[in-house]
Amino acid sequence: MLKRLQLEPSRILLNLAVIFIIALWTFPTAGLLISSLRDKNDIAASGWWTALSSADRKQVGRMKGSADQVEKDGKFVISGNLFEGADANSGKVSAFGTKVQTPGANAVGSTVALDAGQSLTVNVDGSYVLTSPTKFADERGSRVFFVSSQPPRFTLDNYQNVLFSEGIGRSFINSLTVTIPATIIPILIAAFAAYALAWMKLPFRGFLIAIIVGLLVVPLQMSLIPLLKLYNAAGTFLGVPSKTYLGIWLAHTGFGLPFAIYLLRSYIAGLPKDLIESAQIDGANDFKIFRRIVLPLCFPALASFAIFQFLWVWNDLLVAIVFLGSGPDQLVLTGKLNALLGSRGGNWEILTASAFVTIIVPLTVFFSLQRYFVRGLLAGSVKGG
Amino acid sequence: MADIKLTNLNKSYGTVHILKDVNLDIKSGEFIVFVGPSGCGKSTLLRSISGLDQVSSGTLEIDNAVVNEVPPSKRGIAMVFQSYALYPHMSVFENIGFALENQGLSRAEIKTKVEAVGEMLQLTSYLTRLPKALSGGQRQRVAIGRAIVRGAKVFLFDEPLSNLDAALRVQMRMEIAKLKRDLPKTTMVYVTHDQVEAMTMADRIVVLQAGRVMQVGTPMELYENPNSVFVAGFIGSPKMNFITGAPAEKLNAKTIGVRPEHFEFSDSKTDIAGTLDYTEILGSDSFLYVTTPTGMLTVRQPGRTEFKTGQKLNLKPIAQHVHRFGEDDMRLAK
Repeated sequence: MLKRLQLEPSRILLNLAVIFIIALWTFPTAGLLISSLRDKNDIAASGWWTALSSADRKQVGRMKGSADQVEKDGKFVISGNLFEGADANSGKVSAFGTKVQTPGANAVGSTVALDAGQSLTVNVDGSYVLTSPTKFADERGSRVFFVSSQPPRFTLDNYQNVLFSEGIGRSFINSLTVTIPATIIPILIAAFAAYALAWMKLPFRGFLIAIIVGLLVVPLQMSLIPLLKLYNAAGTFLGVPSKTYLGIWLAHTGFGLPFAIYLLRSYIAGLPKDLIESAQIDGANDFKIFRRIVLPLCFPALASFAIFQFLWVWNDLLVAIVFLGSGPDQLVLTGKLNALLGSRGGNWEILTASAFVTIIVPLTVFFSLQRYFVRGLLAGSVKGG
Repeated sequence: MADIKLTNLNKSYGTVHILKDVNLDIKSGEFIVFVGPSGCGKSTLLRSISGLDQVSSGTLEIDNAVVNEVPPSKRGIAMVFQSYALYPHMSVFENIGFALENQGLSRAEIKTKVEAVGEMLQLTSYLTRLPKALSGGQRQRVAIGRAIVRGAKVFLFDEPLSNLDAALRVQMRMEIAKLKRDLPKTTMVYVTHDQVEAMTMADRIVVLQAGRVMQVGTPMELYENPNSVFVAGFIGSPKMNFITGAPAEKLNAKTIGVRPEHFEFSDSKTDIAGTLDYTEILGSDSFLYVTTPTGMLTVRQPGRTEFKTGQKLNLKPIAQHVHRFGEDDMRLAK
């Protein structure tokens, strides 16, 4: 017990760093989520961190006019509820006043004397009683300014709005259309290549591996335009349009392959040699060894790469802009978000909900494959699998 | 029928020459043990026979057919690896049946054969388990089962017991010996660095040093007539004593070798005088470590010893058991 209490400085530092990273990540995400669930007026009125406490809000209500007066004990009375017709039609009144400058002048429940012998009482639930010794003449009732405390309100309206009216739903489908094949195709190619480069006797094997490692550091921006030119030329030659989903799948496959082969090769090369040789003696050919032995055993590495590639493609804007059109049937989420920032920059409820729709998929992918992710990163350091 | 014949076999990795002109005749049904210090090439020799390593020159024949270029699966061999090499994601059943599956056998045939092997190795109740749920000895049996199920003519064992603890090792040694009895026509080649395994299991032992075959013979031949200082020192425990100088010159040899049990105690000052330095009493035997002018000598006495540490002793090698070695460390004729 005592030993556990003795904290080493490096451990404290490590824990602090972890806490810092967690906070750095969690706070904005939580803010985004909470904001996206709030009413758009609330977002404008207060920050997301106040969302769970009831908010004080200055409101204005108009009392009924002379048509609704009742004569009672020789006095004329108008009664009703201030929340009728107000912005927020429920809540608790904490104070009220008759001038716009002083909405909190009088405590709730008190009776205030007004001009011409009139008096006004406002209750917590917003009900009011206005009495006058003489008959009310104004057809239009006078205004009452009051402070109401609002309970927290959450709504899915923002999501409904962005998904079905703002076009985020369509872009979501587009992003999935890009991302899923762009994740699966490179895995299929890279797994074969990685096995061959790890275990098959090929001429120039070392040279091929060196080239692939070299390709890891080629910047995407550099190859983008030549690639597009090449692709357009091929498209013209074959008579297909230049901006298609097939094009972006191929582009992402190309950009993802060096890393995929590199990661998978080091994992597969780390499988015990005895296993592969034992399978050879058992009469399995290379394809069978790959399918029955290597593929099941390198699943953690496959999952690890799948996460990397999925997140990268999902979050990509550049390649999508270059290789896909900007019509509603091709615009991906990142592009749509970018467009929304321009056109709806002031509408926080739309931006936050859109942003959260965008990150929900990467979050799901990460958390469902997370254990493979960690194992995949440790690839090679732990023997076996 | 599965004779193995190696003729002038050489194996190099780049510039490193591992196996040097290995010639060996292994008869069908023999239990052959390759033994030698680590790095002597015994595993490489086994891998060359299996086909996992290609030989650089020379010929390798199994069943009178040259198999230099034949892939491992077509050589009619089965191999048991030091690490067992069980497929970790497959059940015991699938592990044993994998080779049959590759041969294209039907499910029913595979089931019959795997279950027969499982019964033979007392694995029946473990067939559905994964290897990680098995003990070391059971894993070893699965590895052996994988070899048996294919009906291979030649079994190759690459230090199969070195991962087991001492008690289990003795048990598995007996099981492998029993397996050999049950499969009398199968040739078995077994690699080990443990000379006890070699002595107890082998029909014939092949002693290797630095890629060369030093001596081939039955365990007793090697024990009684080692042809070189290396073999004499490698076979037998405790090690043979080597004496140089005056006692050797007296017998016209550069070195003489005397096993610990081949000493007599005498009163004569003409024999090797020494001081008892340390004793190990094992009950059945006692080992005496005696410091002499020619170095430390080990003497074995049956039962307990009466000698005390520090006591002066005169040691006399028994003449008929003295091994004489010449300038080249090879045995001299009697």
